[in-house]
Amino acid sequence: MTDITPDHEGPGARQGGSIMRQTARTRKRNAAERRFEMYGMAAIAFGVFALIWLLTTILSNGLSSFSQTYITIPVAFAEETLDPEGNRNRAEMQKVTTFSYKPLIGEALIEAVDAGNMRPEGMPDAEIAAMVSNDAAAQLRDRVLADPKMIGTEETVEILAGGRIDGYLKGRVTMASAELDRNVTPDQLRLAGVMEGNGLLEKRLNWRFLTAPDASENRPEVAGLGVAILGSAYMMLIVLVLALPIGVAASIYLEEFAPTNRLTDIIEVNISNLAAVPSIVFGILGLAIFINFLGLPQSAPIVGGLVLTLMTLPTIIISTRASLKSVPPSIRDAALGVGASKMQAVFHHVLPLAMPGILTGTIIGLAQALGETAPLLLIGMVAFVREFPDAPPEGFFDPASALPVQIYNWTQRADPAFVERASGAIIVLLGFLLVMNIIAIVLRRRFERRW
Amino acid sequence: MSVKLTASALAIAAVSATGANAQSRDQVQIAGSSTVLPYASIVAEAFGENFDFPTPVVQSGGSSAGLAQFCEGVGENQIDIANASRAIRDSEVETCAENGVDEIIEVRIGYDGIVFASQIDGPEFTAFEPEQWYNALAAEKMVDGEMVANDAMNWSEIDESLPDAEILAFIPATNHGTREVFEEKVLLQGCEDSGAMQAMMDAGMDEDATEEACMSVRNDGAAVEIQGDYTETLNRLNQNPNGVGVFGLAFYENNTDTLKVATMSGVEPTTETIAAGDYPVSRPLYFYLKKAHIGVIPGLKEYASFFVSDEIAGAGGPLANYGLVPDPELAATQSMIENEETM
Repeated sequence: MTDITPDHEGPGARQGGSIMRQTARTRKRNAAERRFEMYGMAAIAFGVFALIWLLTTILSNGLSSFSQTYITIPVAFAEETLDPEGNRNRAEMQKVTTFSYKPLIGEALIEAVDAGNMRPEGMPDAEIAAMVSNDAAAQLRDRVLADPKMIGTEETVEILAGGRIDGYLKGRVTMASAELDRNVTPDQLRLAGVMEGNGLLEKRLNWRFLTAPDASENRPEVAGLGVAILGSAYMMLIVLVLALPIGVAASIYLEEFAPTNRLTDIIEVNISNLAAVPSIVFGILGLAIFINFLGLPQSAPIVGGLVLTLMTLPTIIISTRASLKSVPPSIRDAALGVGASKMQAVFHHVLPLAMPGILTGTIIGLAQALGETAPLLLIGMVAFVREFPDAPPEGFFDPASALPVQIYNWTQRADPAFVERASGAIIVLLGFLLVMNIIAIVLRRRFERRW
Repeated sequence: MSVKLTASALAIAAVSATGANAQSRDQVQIAGSSTVLPYASIVAEAFGENFDFPTPVVQSGGSSAGLAQFCEGVGENQIDIANASRAIRDSEVETCAENGVDEIIEVRIGYDGIVFASQIDGPEFTAFEPEQWYNALAAEKMVDGEMVANDAMNWSEIDESLPDAEILAFIPATNHGTREVFEEKVLLQGCEDSGAMQAMMDAGMDEDATEEACMSVRNDGAAVEIQGDYTETLNRLNQNPNGVGVFGLAFYENNTDTLKVATMSGVEPTTETIAAGDYPVSRPLYFYLKKAHIGVIPGLKEYASFFVSDEIAGAGGPLANYGLVPDPELAATQSMIENEETM
């Protein structure tokens, strides 16, 4: 027993005695580990901070775009201006442009203000009339043309307030900025405050932001996302209908049927490379092939959808192949063993098991396509589009915008009110992306099988 | 599964079938200058709501890109109108003609002022002369018969009347039509006014080299070229209290609560001074129209005449309210569109 004496000095022995006591080396290693943990936490903290910062800026800038200021006043639809001939003939009434409707609304507002004795001292009529949105005239004209009986009557209507007045109620425009601003006067803001107190003016929820089309720089208060949402939806539909079957078919062939040779290797490498190609390149391709060669129309969702399909295909093929690979070979072997043909084995057994992965990959590909602007730039979709496209399939050939494009357009506008609009549009886009990602997660959770 | 696949195949068939009989276009397609875009979209909007024609589609992307697209050819999948913040170049007319676009109607819609503005609480940049801008931004200056690099770092070094602030100018990059005007009307003018041009000629430089030297901008950070839009210039100004930015008059008019404008050669930029020709830095805005598309694309001629009608492009109209300087010769333009006179 005596020859097994603990030898602290010998090679391989712990230096410094007890295992409980830390040596310098252990301390160093532990410190390194703690440092690494700290780096990791710092990285996460930075990411979380950046995300929170981004979200707070966007939300604080953009949430206000979901509400809008309305003015409720009685308007007299004077026959002598709106239908001078008095025939209630649609063609004649159409000759009366929105320029004639505008003074009508101005007068109505002035009258309402004076009736309530609300006019700040010395405020000229023109300033009061200018508080109404430029879109109000168009709104009323549409109503009159739809219902000519309105002419000659007085009706209480709800019209939008101008962008600056709306900005005042949302806190974007202040008395101090109005002093310097040439498009609004402090008197107008004061009057807006009084009108709000009297119930003539009200800020409330605005669904029009999601349904109305884009508007010109003169009327930021009516600009909406309707055409952009529809355009994006059409494109996503096209991408889904084209990219999913083509992508899945290509993957099944490459994964299950194709022989392994030089050619399939080249195809495989190229698919991976295509996934990394900058999206603008697909835009150039789209312009050359779909518009200039095939003669498809400019600014149309069909071209956008085709370009985005090309862009999404590699993503879908890669994720589909990965999920086909993850199905254990024993499943195929068992199917083949009981006499199934190769096709039966794939379609009856492998594909259903790979479906959650395929769908997840597809949805992520779609989400990526939804946020893409660069390829759309070259095919004319970065545009001012006010007409809603028709229902599909004809609508695929009508001009439309897209959500990211609308954001890009609005950030370039001169009127500061569009900053709010752009942030609001970002919230909507983020909302759609969130929903798509949640669907992907749910699908994966519900149908995923582990072996 | 096979049901799903058949459904997808049918969908593909449906999409390609409708592709084969793409229907004729019923809305006007426009592309071009981002300066003209706000005006074009205001007109398009008013056109759509007052006429039975659909609202035209207005793309942006710059004058040169728009004109290039315009010159690609005649046909339903080609644009009808190109907006431009400069006149069409001879080379572009040639390209157009080669591709069959030989009948072009040139429409001048009005004038655009280019203004020099700084932060409202920033240094007192209230009056500029072209000469000061040339001296501040020239890449090289003539000193004792030799060209040396511009080393002025402070506006007060240029002129004692200017505030004591570092030179930091946000100017449009060469992709903008605005840059051309800035070079010609400010830098070249300043070069001439300051006598630098004469000095360079005297030193034996030929005319082209002199002009080039006059218009070359220093790249040591004192002049920052902005590739993007005026919103980007505004953001840069917000971060740099000492900066001075180049804007369009309409953009400034929309942001008078944050920007302070400086006079040029003693004249304040307003629609009136520009229309009178007193304010020196302005340029005409145009759009170009394919005559071959009139009668094929519904509403094209109506849109063009509506654009230049008195109630739209005239004084007091929505375009003037937004910042466009009305063209005094609007009546001539109106009759030109009426008669479809080509260039």
